[in-house]
Amino acid sequence: MSEFAPICIYLVISLLVSLIPLGIPFPFSSNTSTYPEKLSAYECGFDPFGDARSRFDIRFYLVSILFIILDPEVTFFFPWAVPLNKIDPFGSWSMMAFLLILTIGFLYEWKRGASDRE
Amino acid sequence: MIIDITEVQAINSFSRLESLKEIFETIWMLLPILILMLGITIGVLVIVWLEREISAGIQQRIGPEYAGPLGILQALADGTKLLFKENLIPSRGDTRLFSIGPSIAVISILISYSVIPFGSRLVLADLSIGVFLWIAISSIAPVGLLMSGYGSNNKYSFLGGLRAAAQSISYEIPLALCVLSISLPECERLPFDLPEAEEELVAGYQTEYSGIKFGLFYVASYLNLLISSLFVTVLYLGGWNFSIPYLIISEFFEINKVDGVFGTTLGIFITLAKTFLFLFIPIATRWTLPRLRMDQLLNLGWKFLLPISLGNLLLTTSSQLLSL
Repeated sequence: MSEFAPICIYLVISLLVSLIPLGIPFPFSSNTSTYPEKLSAYECGFDPFGDARSRFDIRFYLVSILFIILDPEVTFFFPWAVPLNKIDPFGSWSMMAFLLILTIGFLYEWKRGASDRE
Repeated sequence: MIIDITEVQAINSFSRLESLKEIFETIWMLLPILILMLGITIGVLVIVWLEREISAGIQQRIGPEYAGPLGILQALADGTKLLFKENLIPSRGDTRLFSIGPSIAVISILISYSVIPFGSRLVLADLSIGVFLWIAISSIAPVGLLMSGYGSNNKYSFLGGLRAAAQSISYEIPLALCVLSISLPECERLPFDLPEAEEELVAGYQTEYSGIKFGLFYVASYLNLLISSLFVTVLYLGGWNFSIPYLIISEFFEINKVDGVFGTTLGIFITLAKTFLFLFIPIATRWTLPRLRMDQLLNLGWKFLLPISLGNLLLTTSSQLLSL
């Protein structure tokens, strides 16, 4: 645990480093005299119509689902790959079985066209 | 066993010292962190200046020249200007998400610096899972970008945030599997800078930002560039080792003996020199390569780099197994 202690302190300090600059402009900023057009959403010369938070492409969603499937793979592979020459062949072959299942799933997803963007 | 009073006092004072020692250790930890912070800040300023000078050189311009000698203080001047700019929050946006977004992007990248070895045994947190921590932490940054894109309530920002998230997510897995120098898409540099494509989405998720919040995004992108370059140096370019083997100087100074102040300083210097030399590549690609399309980018990630990195993993594993 002690080896993570510097990271905890570092986290606090980086929080400060990123939040202090956000606070500095407050004495200098004056939003009282601004006109409403200045605070409206940026658009190329006309008033923005509609809400920006509308429907968007489902493929962004698919990409994130694929990421959730493949990210555990990485989190399992890393602790497995570091002591690779210390674990016996059973350890490596069991990971190969896991990898095989993942590859089959990935190929299925590829063939079904989940990652096609046309 | 007889313990007289002086020994008891000695033990008591020793135990009190032990409790004090914890506090001292905590305070003592602050020093390297602050030094690291200072180094990172200076590094970012140098990168900004370097990028502007190299870009100017490629485009046959002069570049920054008035602020300080050779314009070296230009980045500092820009940052100070941004710090005193008005703090605008779009009227229809989400104030909290809009304000926190840049901070999250910066924090998640800053944390990764704690696992970089700048010299032999010169690392802030000597973890056994350093690269893993980098990969885990750096996947928080897209959350900040999504927050800022959504909080701006602007179509350009929203699409930019979505693109940024999809892009970093897609390249996370091949990056983790074979930490290749594909940190370009992670950094949103030019061949892969779709989230900020000027011609399509004014400035992507940064469209609504002004003042120091924009500055934080700017700093975050350069921090990302610096950390990727540092990781490439440490993982592929030999880190703090002197790369030219048969040079007389290295034997003369006994560089391979990394103990001592001189060896450590030289190690840091060599690491930083390699890092900044490597930085020339991403800066030069910015002005030489055209931008990809979104589907090309995602296809490159999912259909080319992911199978290749899986194959690389299999190859490495089988070679390890056969050599057992």
